[in-house]
Amino acid sequence: MKLTRDEVRHVAELAKLQLSDAELDEYAGQLGQILTYAQQVQSVDTSAVPPTPHILPLSNVLADDMSQTCLSAAQAVDNAPDADEGYFRVIAVFDDNGA
Amino acid sequence: MIGCRDATKQLTSMGVADARAGLAAGQFTSVDLTQAFLQRIERVDGSLHAFLRTTPTTALAAAAEADRARADGDNRPLLGVPLAIKDVLMTKGIETTAGSRILEGFVPPYSATAVEKLEAAGAILLGKTNTDEFAMGSSTENSGYGPTRNPWDLERVPGGSSGGSAAAVAADEAPAALGTDTGGSVRQPAALCGVVGLKPSYGRVSRYGLIAYGSSLDQIGPITKTVADAALLLEVMAGADQRDSTTMPVDVPNFSAALNRDIAGLRVGIPHEYFVEGIQAEVEESVRSAIEQLADLGAEIVPIHLPNTELALPVYYLVVTAEASANLARFDGIRYGLSVDGETIFDHFRQTRGAGFGPEVKRRIMLGTYALSAGFYDAYYLKAQQVRTLIKQDFDSAFAEVDVIVSPTSPTTAFRIGEKVDDPLAMILTDIFTTSANLAGLCGISIPCGFDAGGLPIGLQLLGPSLGEEKILQAAYAYEQSTEWRLRRPEL
Repeated sequence: MKLTRDEVRHVAELAKLQLSDAELDEYAGQLGQILTYAQQVQSVDTSAVPPTPHILPLSNVLADDMSQTCLSAAQAVDNAPDADEGYFRVIAVFDDNGA
Repeated sequence: MIGCRDATKQLTSMGVADARAGLAAGQFTSVDLTQAFLQRIERVDGSLHAFLRTTPTTALAAAAEADRARADGDNRPLLGVPLAIKDVLMTKGIETTAGSRILEGFVPPYSATAVEKLEAAGAILLGKTNTDEFAMGSSTENSGYGPTRNPWDLERVPGGSSGGSAAAVAADEAPAALGTDTGGSVRQPAALCGVVGLKPSYGRVSRYGLIAYGSSLDQIGPITKTVADAALLLEVMAGADQRDSTTMPVDVPNFSAALNRDIAGLRVGIPHEYFVEGIQAEVEESVRSAIEQLADLGAEIVPIHLPNTELALPVYYLVVTAEASANLARFDGIRYGLSVDGETIFDHFRQTRGAGFGPEVKRRIMLGTYALSAGFYDAYYLKAQQVRTLIKQDFDSAFAEVDVIVSPTSPTTAFRIGEKVDDPLAMILTDIFTTSANLAGLCGISIPCGFDAGGLPIGLQLLGPSLGEEKILQAAYAYEQSTEWRLRRPEL
């Protein structure tokens, strides 16, 4: 199995990764090879088998509802490349057409 | 006199229990001990690169404080004992990069719970150890800051991803270190460096402050010189944590008290499927001798089957990359880390992530994204989770019959730097005996059980059921005490 360059480009776009043409070609081969290996799982009959997303015998774990100390706004943005008065500054998400 | 090389060497040969005893008896101070380890790092780390950074100023200040506290009667379990911490664990005020260029310069505003507990018990932080980028790898060659070398042979890898921690302990740069294990990343480097590595059961140690890779698989574990030290560090780190809802709400046993129990009658399972083609002959011989040794100590050896063994690696690679692709979405150049300008917000994400992540991290994000994407989710991700159930059921059945399961930790001893870099699939296969434990939530430990003809260490893996640490520690300790492998140290 080998992915096409377009398939790799599509996955890279979903993952928001800028890749060079050389990287696209390299990953096309390598991802195909690993996926071929991973396809072993598809030969198993799992029609009556529930999935295991995690192994814990726990569900709906609740924390006590208590106030606790937490980071200040200044501490929270301390590592930000671009911050302003306790906020993260980002490029506008929507364009002028509201799209 | 401290400062003389022999005295330094004597101090740095110590593990946690020895250091603790010496400090308590007043044979040396924490400042002496911390200084000795810092000098040792200074002397040997240029050739090893086990550390990404050390923290001498804060370490010596904390050591002096520990010495003052001891004079006032303080007797906390790790008071004045230096430790090294894998760089995927957050350390307040100390740069933490997860071995990635995308986090270069990141200084966490808080520490991981495990680190906080060790410090609360009196431990001194020596520095942060090298790791495969975001713990993705089996050789530490994927670090964004250059590889770590194996203290037994500088041309070989230390294993990974906690290769820096394992090399540091093997090379007497630290009495013990923390690692993390998602598919074998504590046990495999411990095996390749000839030290002890313990992966606790999923949920035993809080993951709060561990930079997430595979959230349903990640666990923090100690890398130590002895089994007793591993038990002691686990005791300090374990326990439920309100900040991690996946910690088990159970009491922490006194693991150290379990060590001296007789193993007569202990049922040791040997999985048929773990002794097949592809294992280095010397590894198989050493593990078989270790099994005989356990039998001589009174254990009952029971052949068992784990029929879905071959499926563990493919399941692991689908599950872990899917979880990684979601976890690593947070690195967007906005809240922390590298930021590369783009025309639009999405271009900003693409440029930042494309420049900041290394090749293996990109490969795993892509694989996980693919497995989760529309049209492939059922065939890959859901299917992998279903087969994960079958793998867990194999172990449930096995542990109904045996107390522990024994196997090699790694199919080979340490391989050469560069040997597998261009073949991701060959690198994946080094995890063949370790990933099942993470998929099934088991606990596991790797301990030294011999050396190959080239003088490279071999590791023995003991697996136990979820929350079954006492039994694997008991068996590991009995074996360790009946052999002398731990006394052999690398020449540096």
